[in-house]
Amino acid sequence: MANYDIDLVVTSAPHIRDKVTTTSIMRDVIIALTPALIGSIFIFGIRALIVVLVSVVSSVLAEVVGNLLFHKKPSLNDLSASVTGLLLAMTLPPSSPWWMVVIGAFSGILLGKMIFGGIGSNPFNPALVGRAVLMVSWPTQMTTWVKPFSAFNQPLDVITTATPLNVVKLQGYAQLLSEFGTKANLYKALFLGTIGGSLGETSALLLLIGGIYLIARKVIDWKIPVIYIATVFVLSPLFGRDPLFSILAGGLFLGAFFMATDYSSSPITPLGKVYYAIFIGFLTVLIRQFGSYPEGVMFSILLGNAVVPYFDKIMPRVYGVFPKKEVAK
Amino acid sequence: MKVFTYSPGGVHPDESKLTKDLPFEVFNAPPIAVIPLQQHTGAPNTPTVKVGDYVKVGQKIGDSTQVVSAPVHATVSGKVIAIEERLCPTGAKVQSVVIENDYKDDWVELTPRSSFEDLSGEELVKIIREKGIVGLGGAAFPTAVKLTPPKGKVIDTIIGNGAECEPYLTVDHRNMLEYPEKIIKGILIEMKITGAKKGIIAVEENKIDAANVLQNKINELGVKDVEVVLVKTKYPQGGEKQLIKAVLGREVPSGGLPLDVGVVVQNVGTLKAITEAVLEDKPLIERGVTVSGNAVSKPGNYIIRIGTPASFIIETLGLNRKLRKLIFGGPMTGIAQSTVDVPVLKGTSGILMFGDEALEMAPEEESPCIRCASCVDSCPMGLMPVLIDHASRKNDLKTAESLHALDCIECGVCSYVCPAKRHLTENIKKVKQAIIKQRKIEAAKQAAFEKLKAQRMKEKENSQKEVKNG
Repeated sequence: MANYDIDLVVTSAPHIRDKVTTTSIMRDVIIALTPALIGSIFIFGIRALIVVLVSVVSSVLAEVVGNLLFHKKPSLNDLSASVTGLLLAMTLPPSSPWWMVVIGAFSGILLGKMIFGGIGSNPFNPALVGRAVLMVSWPTQMTTWVKPFSAFNQPLDVITTATPLNVVKLQGYAQLLSEFGTKANLYKALFLGTIGGSLGETSALLLLIGGIYLIARKVIDWKIPVIYIATVFVLSPLFGRDPLFSILAGGLFLGAFFMATDYSSSPITPLGKVYYAIFIGFLTVLIRQFGSYPEGVMFSILLGNAVVPYFDKIMPRVYGVFPKKEVAK
Repeated sequence: MKVFTYSPGGVHPDESKLTKDLPFEVFNAPPIAVIPLQQHTGAPNTPTVKVGDYVKVGQKIGDSTQVVSAPVHATVSGKVIAIEERLCPTGAKVQSVVIENDYKDDWVELTPRSSFEDLSGEELVKIIREKGIVGLGGAAFPTAVKLTPPKGKVIDTIIGNGAECEPYLTVDHRNMLEYPEKIIKGILIEMKITGAKKGIIAVEENKIDAANVLQNKINELGVKDVEVVLVKTKYPQGGEKQLIKAVLGREVPSGGLPLDVGVVVQNVGTLKAITEAVLEDKPLIERGVTVSGNAVSKPGNYIIRIGTPASFIIETLGLNRKLRKLIFGGPMTGIAQSTVDVPVLKGTSGILMFGDEALEMAPEEESPCIRCASCVDSCPMGLMPVLIDHASRKNDLKTAESLHALDCIECGVCSYVCPAKRHLTENIKKVKQAIIKQRKIEAAKQAAFEKLKAQRMKEKENSQKEVKNG
């Protein structure tokens, strides 16, 4: 055997692995977010881009700080910090001051993720933790919205507007309809995103494109977004709300496709996912109806995150293990 | 034609069936054959020859009186030069008979039969046992034992397993293309033995040519009760439990066997070997092996004598790069070897040779679990691999057991899909072994306790007697 060069490595089976990696999954999420990000820059101007850049850079920085603080291995190459930065930016008003964005990113990464042990160990969605911190700390700045297409020609602090959900909360659906003229106009504006709101949540269309991409790439399961949105659609009329308006307005599409599907803060069992989606859909409708905030997506997902360990107890049936009834036969 | 499958779970790795169009070639017999005395699941054999004996091809060289066993036969003619422990591809050291080939290919006398119809089921089982037939799909369970169900168990269906879902492997595919008649007769023999009314040969969709060849042969032979069905190409479609679910919709109960749902599943290569044993009187001395991978110069399907060392196969076929990984079996469940000095066994379906790329194909380094649930969604047994893995890492046997760790079929799918490249299958295997070990210890403790109790009772009785007598 001297003729051959042999240096054997012994590992356990399987000896081949799928090409998908944590990094490739995160890259797919970034790709999926791109249409909505470009849309937001188109709608809200350069301010949106600045918010995005500040958010991503400070999230990455926060990850580095977290790694040093908690003596963890460098984890930047998994791209998860960048994803958190992008998602946080999408939930912020385009007029957010840079220091607020930095605080949001550091809170999200450090309090929402690193103290729990880093990627995969966080019980709550880090981007939403960041947003929640900002929401309760600077409620005025967090609910100051700029009119779409206004940033190019007018000073930002002059032009403010209300989100459609805000108008409904304060003045009623009739007032909103009168602003848009017809229902069709309203739906169109919501679908395309030419309305006031957080920078990445306004266009249902662009978020849907990203969501479909993620489902097609098998990065996310269709169950959570579809059932979440369907639950809101079905429950809204019970409270006298326009169902189509309810699913298109606010952060529902962003939350459904990109936040509620966050791996580490959502259930891992197939049936658990279904109940979780129904649960947060129910909470969203309740908060919008009875809560003091017009929007209910963020808090409903965070509350849903807290209950995930229970949803995870709904395990699939094991092959060859039958319910007791069948055994009795 | 309807395509059957099971759900949930399964994956579809790159098929890499590089050798599917290469017909079987007979491999040269090795100068030295190393034949382990235990090549099956069950009790080891004791040698029936001594060092210095001259043996003929097909001569029995090891047997056991235990029920779960299968004898082994000499695969070359020549002198027994050693009977000693040798390393097996399974990683165990096994008592082996080492024969120096005299290249005379001197066979024991065989008495072929023209038909099996006039033999009884018992006689057929006896032949299958004597000829050393074991499952050739990889598990190497003694076939005669599989065909002798305990009283009260009724077998209604024999499933010929032509799924061959492991990437790279093509022996079953070639067997179906080249020996359809032997496979069909093998199923008929098993139906006769078990009284099963129906035979089904399940073939994966990517081997539709084999399905057609088998169907044509069935028509030609005028066989009534055997049909060919297509199953979806996915891994592990060829797992016994998955195949039964796909084809018959039945589920083997947890901890049970296929015969609990009236089924015997048999690899097509085994069916061929059964026919050869019964009609040609031929013992299992060789088998089809796929030799593949990017490091071997002449990949192909070869009929290789059992006991042929991997080193001889490498010398014969040549390498085109540095050999970094030598796998016995398929890439999903096969065993990586630490040395080329291991022989082909009855259960060796493939020998895969890879260069450096192999190390990238299965990275060693794990990253944190991101709870993506891929392992949950693709587990063909409906288990929660991630949770069993957590329990295994904490050595929490109780939790692992409650998560049905023992139902794991060790197919490797969870590790395969894991984006964090975590060693799920490996850890689940570990915790399974720990659970089984603990059960044994507990059973032994219980037995010791019972024994002690009995002893005490006896002592008490004796002392009472003494008191009475005194």
